[in-house]
Amino acid sequence: MNGDNFMLKDLFKKSSSTPSKIIKESQIPDGLFQKCLKCNDILYSEDLVENYYVCPNCNNHIRVNPRERLSMVLDEGSFMELNREIDIADPIGFPGYKEKVRHIKSVTNLNEAVITGRGKINGTDVAIGVMASNFLMGSMGKVVGEKITGLIEYATDCRLPLIIFSCSGGARMQEGMVSLMQMAKTSAALKRHDKEGLLYISVLTDPTTGGVMASFAMLGDIIIAEPGALIGFAGPRVIEQTIGQKLPEGFQRSEFLLEHGFIDKIVKRNQMKKILSILIKS
Amino acid sequence: MIDNLTPWDKVKLARHINRPTSSDYISKIFDSFIELHGDRYYGDDNAVVAGIAKFNNQNITVIGQQKGKNLKENKKRNYGMPRPEGYRKALRLMKQANKFKRPIILLVDTPGAFCGIEAEERGQGEAIARNLYEMSDLQVPILSIVIGEGGSGGALAFGVSNEVWMLENSIYSVISPEGFASIIWKDGKKAPEAAGLLKLTAHDLLELNIIDKIIEEPEELTLDSMDDLITIIKSEIEQFLERYASISENEIVASRYERFRSM
Ligand SMILES: [Zn+2]
Repeated sequence: MNGDNFMLKDLFKKSSSTPSKIIKESQIPDGLFQKCLKCNDILYSEDLVENYYVCPNCNNHIRVNPRERLSMVLDEGSFMELNREIDIADPIGFPGYKEKVRHIKSVTNLNEAVITGRGKINGTDVAIGVMASNFLMGSMGKVVGEKITGLIEYATDCRLPLIIFSCSGGARMQEGMVSLMQMAKTSAALKRHDKEGLLYISVLTDPTTGGVMASFAMLGDIIIAEPGALIGFAGPRVIEQTIGQKLPEGFQRSEFLLEHGFIDKIVKRNQMKKILSILIKS
Repeated sequence: MIDNLTPWDKVKLARHINRPTSSDYISKIFDSFIELHGDRYYGDDNAVVAGIAKFNNQNITVIGQQKGKNLKENKKRNYGMPRPEGYRKALRLMKQANKFKRPIILLVDTPGAFCGIEAEERGQGEAIARNLYEMSDLQVPILSIVIGEGGSGGALAFGVSNEVWMLENSIYSVISPEGFASIIWKDGKKAPEAAGLLKLTAHDLLELNIIDKIIEEPEELTLDSMDDLITIIKSEIEQFLERYASISENEIVASRYERFRSM
């Protein structure tokens, strides 16, 4: 019925959020080859890394983990993480939730669904946050909201341009209403950053939906998307169920948002650092 | 207070067709009301009723999410589910209130923001985000009262306020209990159980510091039984306006920021 339902649904589909669905190691030993799940092409892993995890055959922008993302856009060795450890929040005492988060922390080697910090892009300092789609679908609970708000406030205090790479299924429902409040908290912090005359570039990656899309992701001075990313408030399946018909091809993809005037630009991954570098100096 | 009700009982009460809607509260709380229409971009959303009202001779901007009382009305009101133009109308009039230094009172009663092709095409997510962003910086006091259903982001876009109150049997939730149950247990029929886990009642949310006040309801809240409730709400609004009358604009903005920053 309402838009936030879809993201939460996705949160529990264990396979759909991780890159492993899109690209799976083949049976060939050593993981030397991988298969693009969009075009089924067999790709040489080393080539794929060199090609920014973009399938050379079909241009599929495969989901990447936040550390790889940081290395693609920041100058080598320039990243300094902020607020690395924040205690797990379990505001509504949801059964089994803390254990689940602990488990995901150990298997993903991430502390939460976002990494925030400071780094340099071609020598220019930026505050930067990158979300992780493989951490509970990149959903936003209190810790994610806290890290992002902390980053924005840091950028405001240090007078830095801010860049956030979003990918998220939306609010994290196991934290009840506290998760919803993170939308207000992050948006309010952005308003303060804005009033100081500072630049915020929002980069939307596959997928950016629900409560993240309906808060900080859509509030950039400049909004960039990777090609073919799913971007929307309500998820496509929820909309299909609600209206009882199939959605048109390309609905809620980056190109659709560009056409409807909601993003500034679609940028390929191998051009991202260059474009960001130009924009933060403009 | 009748508090042998389960959370699921409250969900049903909050959605009950006989429950008073925004326009009932507006006509009973305020001395006068003049409705204003349109978002100036695309259209006028009937799921949102907005305008300027008089309260003890003071001008107030009032904006409510509007459900219908029967099928025909609900078709017109889209079951209280605003489209992007509803959020943009609300924001336009909130900025107008800011310009003319009128306090803002918002009435929350929606299953959620409307979900459909056109809503996406016209930027439902952007419209909600923009409300959160701009509301955080308005220099006039903002009060939100959840009178029925507070459905997720679609409700929050009317809820970035200095104070948020809930009627005793209203609900405010990140997701509907049905949605939650069908995701967690693949069984929408377990919604009653989900309603308990979600902590969506006024009492739960007061305890979580998400809301500031609970307003007691009569045993069976209908249009005919709401007069005492209206008296209470009027007296609470009077005190709210007094509380903020002596506070500077900067403090109004700062205290709203802190309210959400601490969550
Ligand atoms: Zn491919």
